[in-house]
Amino acid sequence: MVSYEKILTKNMDTPGYMGTLPEYRATGGYTAFEKALKMPPAEIIDIVKKSGLRGRGGAGFPTGVKWSFIPKTHVGQRYLCCNADESEPGTFKDRQLIERDPHQMLEGIGIASYAIGASVAYIYIRGEFDLGAKIIESAIQEAYQAKFFGKNLLGSGFNLEVILHRGAGAYICGEETALLESIEGKRGKPRTKPPFPAVHGLYQAPTVVNNVETLANVPYIINRGAEWYASIGTPKSPGTRIFSVSGHVKRPGNYEVPLGITLREMIYTCAGGIRNDKALKAIIPGGASAAFLTPAHLDTPMDFEAIAQIGSMLGSGGVTVMDEETCMVQAATNLLEFFYHESCGKCTPCREGSSWILQVLHRIERGTGRASDLDLLETLCRRIEGVTVCAFGDAEVAPVLSTLKHFKEEYVAHIEGRGCPFQPNVELVMAH
Amino acid sequence: MKLRVLSSAAEAAITLEFEKYPDKRSVLLHALRVAQQETGYLSEEAMRDVATLLELTPVQVYDVATFYTLFHLQPVGKHVIYACKSLPCALVGASALCRHIQNRLGVGIGETTSDNQFTLKQTECLASCGSGPMVQINDNYYEYLTPAKVDRLLDDLRARGKSDLASKPFKIPNVTGA
Ligand SMILES: Cc1cc2nc3c(=O)[nH]c(=O)nc-3n(C[C@H](O)[C@H](O)[C@H](O)COP(=O)(O)O)c2cc1C
Ligand code: FES
Repeated sequence: MVSYEKILTKNMDTPGYMGTLPEYRATGGYTAFEKALKMPPAEIIDIVKKSGLRGRGGAGFPTGVKWSFIPKTHVGQRYLCCNADESEPGTFKDRQLIERDPHQMLEGIGIASYAIGASVAYIYIRGEFDLGAKIIESAIQEAYQAKFFGKNLLGSGFNLEVILHRGAGAYICGEETALLESIEGKRGKPRTKPPFPAVHGLYQAPTVVNNVETLANVPYIINRGAEWYASIGTPKSPGTRIFSVSGHVKRPGNYEVPLGITLREMIYTCAGGIRNDKALKAIIPGGASAAFLTPAHLDTPMDFEAIAQIGSMLGSGGVTVMDEETCMVQAATNLLEFFYHESCGKCTPCREGSSWILQVLHRIERGTGRASDLDLLETLCRRIEGVTVCAFGDAEVAPVLSTLKHFKEEYVAHIEGRGCPFQPNVELVMAH
Repeated sequence: MKLRVLSSAAEAAITLEFEKYPDKRSVLLHALRVAQQETGYLSEEAMRDVATLLELTPVQVYDVATFYTLFHLQPVGKHVIYACKSLPCALVGASALCRHIQNRLGVGIGETTSDNQFTLKQTECLASCGSGPMVQINDNYYEYLTPAKVDRLLDDLRARGKSDLASKPFKIPNVTGA
């Protein structure tokens, strides 16, 4: 197995390493922040732009470019928000970064805040991450004691308060404007964009929202340079990425690899191949919001462009693998139960549509589907796509449209045979 | 301030957070969490107290309390079990595990055991998809579950209120043993 240089998951490979401040310092931790505080903020933004770093939260937006959208002339408060909501089914990388090496993220927050001129940073962590919240809270305390956070940092005149904010259970709060609403103490309902958070964000002030993994990359870019970072991965998708592999593989887990390795290498080399040496049937390459792929796509490079080109997305980096015995109608139904449950209810097509799609899927799955249902599903999906305030609408139709595209015969078999044609080894939808 | 059910300790834990935000309303999720910890669930009185402390209307509080899944608007058992049902966990046996828990406890989903020890709920992905099937019980995660492990876990919780099966800081695959 080729081994790749790890960046974000390197320290935690050392036996006994638990990511306390002294341990992190011993690996060179916070030297990038010290270096950054001596640089003009614009230069930092420039380095991050040149590195080509793209957001790891889902959309892959260039990080340096996002930072440069903060209006330079704005006087008054600006905010940085770290998105630690990690709720996309199939994704569990931020949890590991938080629980095993939290100071990487905190140092990234320090540098990013300085670069955009934010004196307050909120870390929005999903409410269920109790252990993670405790670990971040104590890491923040360590950083304050070491004077990395607080007032006049390292004599630079820059002040920074870092505050942990806990959510309370809602997938949608990972969407950046829903996240802002949630910090403001409201229901997590996405805002209409524009205006974008860079202009009107938290409490109407210019705000940058970045994912945990995105921010954790920043110290390494500052220390080792934009050219070094850009040399890893592919020209348009530089750097490493932590892929979370789940489902029917022999070794599920988080694998940090350069962007651009193939799906085949990820599934068969990193994750050890399919359990019990069964055949592969389907892959979701980027979290539940990404379209299903098939074994025909195994040689596609895992970078933002290549995965988009074959009709899916790299999304959150959650790779879910399904073996030959998995029923695709059940898999899609399971995911639609998720989207139905999590729709915030703001946009009618998403709120009503998710319920209608789910009703149709349930009846197909239970053997009472009608011949006209496939067209109905397609029509419903097409009327949700692209017309909602946030990307949730596109996400909820992806599993349906992609299974209809790649596995239509399974839907037909359910309808014609009045039920599931397989004897699936697991039940993906529970009858109540 | 005259509060109905919340103690002065809860009040202090809530008002302590005000300084972190330009607006008291931002403390709402925290305040509801504190209130729920103290009174077991979010009763109307508890929500009114939170509204008083944060200078909100009761309906503003209720609106938020009903949006987030971690808030209980009805009494629950001492241990609330959240069994993950999302696709990655389902692929590795979450449905069978959930059935096992139901049989073992003699309750359906959403129900509480008659001794008030356990409430069983199903939940969506908790970011343990590679270590499923899994459940969260109160503040702890329990991963790589099997029926036998669940039995031990429930016995532990009944007997001692806690279990050493709870997940530690997370890393998978754990090839180095670190
Ligand atoms: C429905 C929905 C859920 C999302 N959930 C998350 C999440 O849990 N974590 C995350 O970092 N980004 C999530 N995002 C993406 C954020 O909106 C945002 O793009 C991201 O935090 C930006 O950070 P980045 O540029 O560093 O990727 C979600 C987006 C949508 C539409
Ligand atoms: S699917 Fe169960 S934790 Fe993600």
